[in-house]
Amino acid sequence: MAPKPEAVIKMIRQGMPDAEVQVNVYSGDDHFEVQVVSASFVGKSRITQHKMVYAALGEQMKQAIHALALKTSIPKENL
Amino acid sequence: MSDSVDQQIDQVVKNNDIVLFMKGTPDFPQCGFSQRVTAILNSYEVSFSAVNVLLNNDVREGIKTYSDWPTIPQLYVKAEFVGGCDIVSEMHEAGELQELLAPFKKEA
Repeated sequence: MAPKPEAVIKMIRQGMPDAEVQVNVYSGDDHFEVQVVSASFVGKSRITQHKMVYAALGEQMKQAIHALALKTSIPKENL
Repeated sequence: MSDSVDQQIDQVVKNNDIVLFMKGTPDFPQCGFSQRVTAILNSYEVSFSAVNVLLNNDVREGIKTYSDWPTIPQLYVKAEFVGGCDIVSEMHEAGELQELLAPFKKEA
């Protein structure tokens, strides 16, 4: 069963309280795009940033990883 | 994961400048994400090796343990894990992939 975007946002926010999370749902598609902006990403490789988001999703949401296109970035003020 | 699968994967990663662990083959990708990474790589005109994880379940699971990364496709350049479809797409859009792959462009 495809995970709901709302549940995914909630889990990410719980695991990364300072993150801004946005979801774009592609209409007519199970896939959705998740953008996560967080100061905790500063100085980390994209792989590490994505792993942090995956960790926030946890075991129950492992399936969610296959349905989402993940984009991570740091806040503009940290650039 | 058995030692030998881990070693096999390690050998492949170290013996190829660019290697993509994917579902299907570059000519016949079996999933949209693998297809997208293949298309991106082809747009840079670089030679790359590809491992079809659908042919060997030990490799399909082993590669996820090897990189501590849960999904396929997985792109390795100079034995370093670069990322999956999302990261490769982002790097492509940011011009970073062009920089990374420039040394490997096929001679005309």
